[in-house]
Amino acid sequence: MTSSRDSTAAPKPVLQARDLVKRYGSVTAIDGADFDLLEGEILAVIGDNGAGKSSLIKALSGAVIPDSGEILVNGSPVTFHSPIDARKYGIETVYQDLAVAPALDIAENLFLGRELRRGGPLGSVFRLLDRKRMVDESREHMANLKIGIKSMKQAVETLSGGQRQGVAVARSAAFARNVVILDEPTAALGVKETGMVLDLIRQVRDRGLAIILISHNMPNVFEVADRVHIHRLGKRAAVIRPHEFSMNDAVAIMTGAMVGEHIEGAPEVPAAADSPRA
Amino acid sequence: MSSTQTVSPPGAPPTKTGPSLVGRVLTTPTVGPLIFLVLAIAFFSIKSSAFLTGGNLSLIVQQVMVVGTLAIGQTLIILTAGIDLSNGAVMALGQIVIAKLAVDSGLNPILAILLGLAATTAFGLANGSLVTGLRLPPFIVTLGTLNIAFALTHIYSNDQSITVSSSTLTFFGKTFPLGGTDVTYGSVFMIALYVLAWYVLKYTASGRHVYAVGNNPEAARLTGINTRKLLLTVYATAGLIYGIASLLSIARTNVGDPNAGQTDNLDSITAVVLGGTSLFGGRGSVIGTLIGALIVGVIRSGLQIVGVESIYQVLITGILVILAVALDQLSRRRTA
Ligand SMILES: Nc1ncnc2c1ncn2[C@@H]1O[C@H](COP(=O)(O)OP(=O)(O)OP(=O)(O)O)[C@@H](O)[C@H]1O
Ligand SMILES: [Mg+2]
Repeated sequence: MTSSRDSTAAPKPVLQARDLVKRYGSVTAIDGADFDLLEGEILAVIGDNGAGKSSLIKALSGAVIPDSGEILVNGSPVTFHSPIDARKYGIETVYQDLAVAPALDIAENLFLGRELRRGGPLGSVFRLLDRKRMVDESREHMANLKIGIKSMKQAVETLSGGQRQGVAVARSAAFARNVVILDEPTAALGVKETGMVLDLIRQVRDRGLAIILISHNMPNVFEVADRVHIHRLGKRAAVIRPHEFSMNDAVAIMTGAMVGEHIEGAPEVPAAADSPRA
Repeated sequence: MSSTQTVSPPGAPPTKTGPSLVGRVLTTPTVGPLIFLVLAIAFFSIKSSAFLTGGNLSLIVQQVMVVGTLAIGQTLIILTAGIDLSNGAVMALGQIVIAKLAVDSGLNPILAILLGLAATTAFGLANGSLVTGLRLPPFIVTLGTLNIAFALTHIYSNDQSITVSSSTLTFFGKTFPLGGTDVTYGSVFMIALYVLAWYVLKYTASGRHVYAVGNNPEAARLTGINTRKLLLTVYATAGLIYGIASLLSIARTNVGDPNAGQTDNLDSITAVVLGGTSLFGGRGSVIGTLIGALIVGVIRSGLQIVGVESIYQVLITGILVILAVALDQLSRRRTA
């Protein structure tokens, strides 16, 4: 049962982790986790509350520095000391708790931390921001993703939850060259707004970026994901393809009712993803 | 799962119409305070012909000069969701350092000023280091440094005022004629500082980062802003501004007074709040603070000219502060 994707050349891994460990005092948030993201795919990461999903992606995005283990981008080991390091490798993240500044407007949020300055002495001496260019480029990014927001000068707090999430996704998508990581981007949203964000995610994937999507919403996960990484007790329990397993199976692996190793050797897990430990 | 209902059709250019001009003006936080200031000026002008004169207006600006300058630093800190209780005491210390060194130790006045600025900046840095390094609440940190600065001021000055006569130290108290009125250089300097702070906050990346940090510190950190460095810079800059306030205070009174500025911390917070800046951080403007400081000055002067006892000025200021905070809360609740 090989999908069309597998019949062509095997997709290359773009972001990987080997044996990551992160402890907070007595809590081991990441406990020897492996991870593989392939080019052009939407990889969902599921797991119980506290399984360590957010900790894992924070390590992958430079927001948290792991105690040990290895992170690889396009097969080469890297070290991230901050989110800026990850960004240099084209990895952009939408963090779990709506990482926007609500009182700032859309353009300011899109360019937060990488503002554009005017050319010449106005920019270099007087540090004057190029507000017009930031507003224009923001409008372009938002239009590319077909997010129907009129004014880029609108404070983010005046937007609906879905639109706000749209801004956060647009910021990542606009600057990512490699990977977009989304931690529960639809958690606080209604059905319609969730649909909008899922559409956005597909559009970003169709532009050639690889996506990590953390979600607790099984129907959503099974709808958009190419593969599903199941996280349990700080490490990867299994990776499955949604059309080959039921949601019940996924939940069973997530909760430990079904043993992960059982599934690990399944053909849909590419060779590189087989960890020797599991 | 199609969601075309919320997105515009592909190819359709996004409409450019944002909030209307009127809407944008009315939601600008400085507009309320500005309207209030104009009304207050109009009210007192009708009540007394002595109010709206160049001389009186110039006097009002002089009277708010020291608190107004302290309030610039206070605004920077409050925008980051902090607060500074120490600024009045730090200003007093700066005064004593400058006056002691220039008068008693006979140091070159310029050098004395620089050392005074260094002392207040060091206090700002200490506040910032304790807030960012040990992650202590700004309220507690600055309550501590308030007392330390107060004690140092009194120890160093031996509780004595120092009369200053150096024309360098009193320069900012001197006046020049402007449209038939005498205006002090200090008033102009304070306004210039406001314009500079407004520019930096509104038109530079660092300024926008101040808002972002006050608004959502974790989001700011995750976008790659070095939030610790930013906070440290804000507190140190505030300290430097307090040193300038020290100099303005000496110039205005011709003394270094160890008991100066004892209510200036609360007065500067009053100006910030009346100016529409939120005590929760991330919202507001330094121009609002200037308006807030002027509101206090206008009410004080107006009531005095009309012949109301000075204790009522305090009463009215208190009521205004509560009104301003209540309005801020209400508008936050509406947009939340
Ligand atoms: N900064 C921290 N300090 C201490 N413990 C932490 C920290 N961050 C995470 N943890 C702990 O690590 C474990 C994993 O947390 P994490 O947030 O990664 O889980 P999660 O899978 O994302 O959960 P959820 O589905 O609820 O978002 C939890 O026990 C959590 O309490
Ligand atoms: Mg999480």
